[in-house]
Amino acid sequence: MAQHKVNFTQDGGLPVALTTIDKVVNWGRSNSLWALTYGLACCGIEMMASGASRYDFDRFGTIFRASPRQADVMIVAGTLTKKHAEFIKRLYDQMTEPRWVISMGSCANTGGMFNTYATVQGCDRVIPVDLYLPGCAPRPETLQYGVMLLQKKIRSQKASRAKKPKRLM
Amino acid sequence: MRAYKPKDDVQKKPYYTDRFWVAPQVPKQPVESDEIFAADLAALQEKFEVLDAYIQVEQMVVYINPEDNFEVLKFFKEELTYDQLSELSAIDWLAQKGEFEIFYQMLSMNKRKRVRIKMFIKEDQAIESVEKLFRSADWSEREMYDMFGVKVNNHPFMKRILMPYDWQGFPLRKTYPLQGDEFAQWYEVDKIYGKEARDIIGPELRDTARIDRYDSERFARLGHEVPKGAPVTDDDPINPQEYQEDEGVFMIKKLKKESSVIVDDPQR
Ligand code: SF4
Repeated sequence: MAQHKVNFTQDGGLPVALTTIDKVVNWGRSNSLWALTYGLACCGIEMMASGASRYDFDRFGTIFRASPRQADVMIVAGTLTKKHAEFIKRLYDQMTEPRWVISMGSCANTGGMFNTYATVQGCDRVIPVDLYLPGCAPRPETLQYGVMLLQKKIRSQKASRAKKPKRLM
Repeated sequence: MRAYKPKDDVQKKPYYTDRFWVAPQVPKQPVESDEIFAADLAALQEKFEVLDAYIQVEQMVVYINPEDNFEVLKFFKEELTYDQLSELSAIDWLAQKGEFEIFYQMLSMNKRKRVRIKMFIKEDQAIESVEKLFRSADWSEREMYDMFGVKVNNHPFMKRILMPYDWQGFPLRKTYPLQGDEFAQWYEVDKIYGKEARDIIGPELRDTARIDRYDSERFARLGHEVPKGAPVTDDDPINPQEYQEDEGVFMIKKLKKESSVIVDDPQR
């Protein structure tokens, strides 16, 4: 039957779905999390493996972008040196709101085995972090689970942009 | 099989306690024991003052005056055909002698021999760059400056190479603490947020294994997550993914075993 001839009030009801704005916006956000290509050390290899065909991040709508302006989530994969600390802050500032950070691996979480003068002891000293993944390096499955947890976190947040800042700084 | 040694607490102790400890030297032979080296040394002694020379692990080691370093390396490169500079750096003897030992490691492909040219300089003494002779000296000399603070004259770009340009201190000196001095520990905070942020961010936590299971602000147990800041009890509920079938998230569906295919051909 041609579209204009459908009588919606009689044939099965109006094509309307009811939901909340929060749910619909968060559904969109959480299912297309574009990640910043940000491999800093060996963990970056596992991050690349997660994006490649065997683990296939694309299934979750996660595509790696080379520009912070197009990315929603920054996966800090590797050792953050003190020399690089100002650049991670700059890249984080360049990402558009709403943005999330996953700290991947012991190095990004706490400095890891590099208990030295040249390594930032945890990237949360510089930028706010949503999710810490343990491991050296975390397997791609861990990163996938991490992304799924982040999706869950996003779905539990308000969609409004007038969010409270995550941290005072 | 190797004999079993108890390994308790190996990680707790540093493998050395004296940071000025020096490994014992391997035996030295006189230079005359090798005729190629003996001829090289005789040629060198005609033109330059040689303070000491010996053979160690089949390599000739020559001590010269630091003022001669460029001319001696030129002589070795052009007259004695040692045409590669494999490595160059400094050794910190400041605590024992107040001096740095500079070494140049050279290789001759025709003679199949290696020599090491050494010299002592005072802490504030500069040496001449050999970058004009060997391009490899460019980065090595910058690294020597970066790590030890040895200044090099007539270098084309005398800046730090590994540490940031505004770094203070020379990390490979024996007196430099491994975990950094105060400047190093607060470097990223001071640089990005300013000194006044030190109180908010707090000092570095150096215990990398610290985990607090009951602290839900910073930690979460996989599969047992609770909202941030919520109190954690010993019997947290299992907190699975929300599937569409369980009134969870639209389009996140459970795997159906019956309708899935198991591929058991590894060569697929
Ligand atoms: S956590 Fe391990 S694998 Fe990851 S960057 Fe650090 S050392 Fe490399």
